[in-house]
Amino acid sequence: MTTILEVDRLMKSFGGVKAVDGISFHVDPGEALGIIGPNGAGKTTVFNLITRFYTPDSGDIRFMGKSVTHLPPYRLARLGIGRTFQNLRLFKELTVLENITSAYLSGHRYSPFAGIFRTGRHSSVENNAQVKAWVLIEFLGLAGREHTKAGSLPYGEQRRLELARALAIEPQLLLIDEPGAGMNPREIQDLVTTLREAKKRFSLTIVMIEHQMGLVMNISDRILVMDFGEKIMEGTPAEVKKDRRVIEAYLGEEGPA
Amino acid sequence: MRFFLESKKLMLLALGIYVILRLSFSFDIVSEYIEQITIYVFIVILAATGLNVIYGYTGQFSLGHAAFYGIGAYTSAYLAKTSGLENFLFFPAMILAGGLMAALVAYIIGIPILRLRDDFLGIATLGFGILVRVFLDNSDRISETLGGSRGFTGIARLTNLEIAFFVTVFLLLVTRNFISSRYGLFWRCIKEDETASASIGIDTARMKLMAFVYGCFLAGVAGALYAHLYTFLHPSNFDFLRSIDFLIIVILGGMGNIAGTIYAGLLWVGFIEGLRIVLPANIVDLRWVFIPLLLIVLMMWRPYGLMTKKKG
Repeated sequence: MTTILEVDRLMKSFGGVKAVDGISFHVDPGEALGIIGPNGAGKTTVFNLITRFYTPDSGDIRFMGKSVTHLPPYRLARLGIGRTFQNLRLFKELTVLENITSAYLSGHRYSPFAGIFRTGRHSSVENNAQVKAWVLIEFLGLAGREHTKAGSLPYGEQRRLELARALAIEPQLLLIDEPGAGMNPREIQDLVTTLREAKKRFSLTIVMIEHQMGLVMNISDRILVMDFGEKIMEGTPAEVKKDRRVIEAYLGEEGPA
Repeated sequence: MRFFLESKKLMLLALGIYVILRLSFSFDIVSEYIEQITIYVFIVILAATGLNVIYGYTGQFSLGHAAFYGIGAYTSAYLAKTSGLENFLFFPAMILAGGLMAALVAYIIGIPILRLRDDFLGIATLGFGILVRVFLDNSDRISETLGGSRGFTGIARLTNLEIAFFVTVFLLLVTRNFISSRYGLFWRCIKEDETASASIGIDTARMKLMAFVYGCFLAGVAGALYAHLYTFLHPSNFDFLRSIDFLIIVILGGMGNIAGTIYAGLLWVGFIEGLRIVLPANIVDLRWVFIPLLLIVLMMWRPYGLMTKKKG
């Protein structure tokens, strides 16, 4: 198997606006792909198309060699595509622990009967959920917060909890939408470390949308630059930083940092 | 079974309540009227708990809960009467049939309407409630036994304290475990954020349907107990206003709070019936002024329900 994700001539219009205009790219297993581009370039739309929160007008999405374009969002999650959202979408009234276990339990079943009458299957699955949640709570530095409601966590911890929740579905491919939004340079540094470790430890493939250059250039093996719904270039971080089109469209007049 | 072991304290509490009630019934400490009301409280709590699963936990706004209560009532009464098995031996089967029929109807209408959200779902369930009411009003055209707008008369009185109490307690324990299982967790996730729920692999359509069908099953069982308690059914017992009663109990008790629903059910029935006893006959209708006033005060004092001091 060469690619984990293949996006083939994907199109999506809203009214007359072509949000995504025939984009194609692929992601190799174990790779980290960064997607950058100005606001409104269609980056988040690409994520929403891959996870099927939007239906593509045309084009095909293949995950591990199989077309998944017709599957509903929850099936994609079960197949191993995890995601986080640009504007956090935590279960605010649920505790940190519940936010994480719910994600794990969606893929580890027991019947309603087992749940009601507390069979052995129920306790073994529930125990595994606790164990798994604790691994993630510790990994993301949320220890001590497990019984706090997600909505009352400080912003930075909410971001980490969303990452923990996405990791709890045991994904092979993780789509991260602007993880660094609203973070200070110090927190960005921590995030780089965390994402690197997560990638190694859970053998993840990552696709990340990000505006913070320090973050995206640091983590990505490859960068894809979007503008007006199209791919304007693709290359290593070093190549992208030097490219004139990218500098004009996005990085600004002053040239590569 | 672990089900019973884990619920030991609650079962002891329930047993205590039962013994007290049984003694006061047996020694005629309370009038027959009060006995009937007491049994009715259990029925109301059971039906309201069903709505709590649907609305309080899963966030699906239903204005047609009484329709499922009615379906359960009419189904069990009709089956018992036409089969001639109107006795205590077959009563559990009749209760189950009432619940299953309500669940089946909920399943059939749930598939199309549960795609709707919030107020739209409210309107759709309201419409369904009216449909059932009209159907019951004209039910004598299908079978004379059902009685149509004249009402369904001559049902055997099979609901006693024991059956109402143990069915309700058992189903409340079942509900409590259901809620604390992965299914209850998914319901709460869906209430919070459906998109995020799908993103972590929850089959939201299936889970919403499951909550709806289970909640309506509880209403159907409660309806079956009701039919064999009052021995007379009329379509107006299952109309929109009754749905609102259940909604008030769920909101008063606090959304997604089983204990709250129990207290609120007790308070609601107690207050309506209590005022009927306390107020002199010439001003008894004034209770429809007192009850809304009570609601307003309670909602200002505890906007998130009796059991919750404040959100967060």
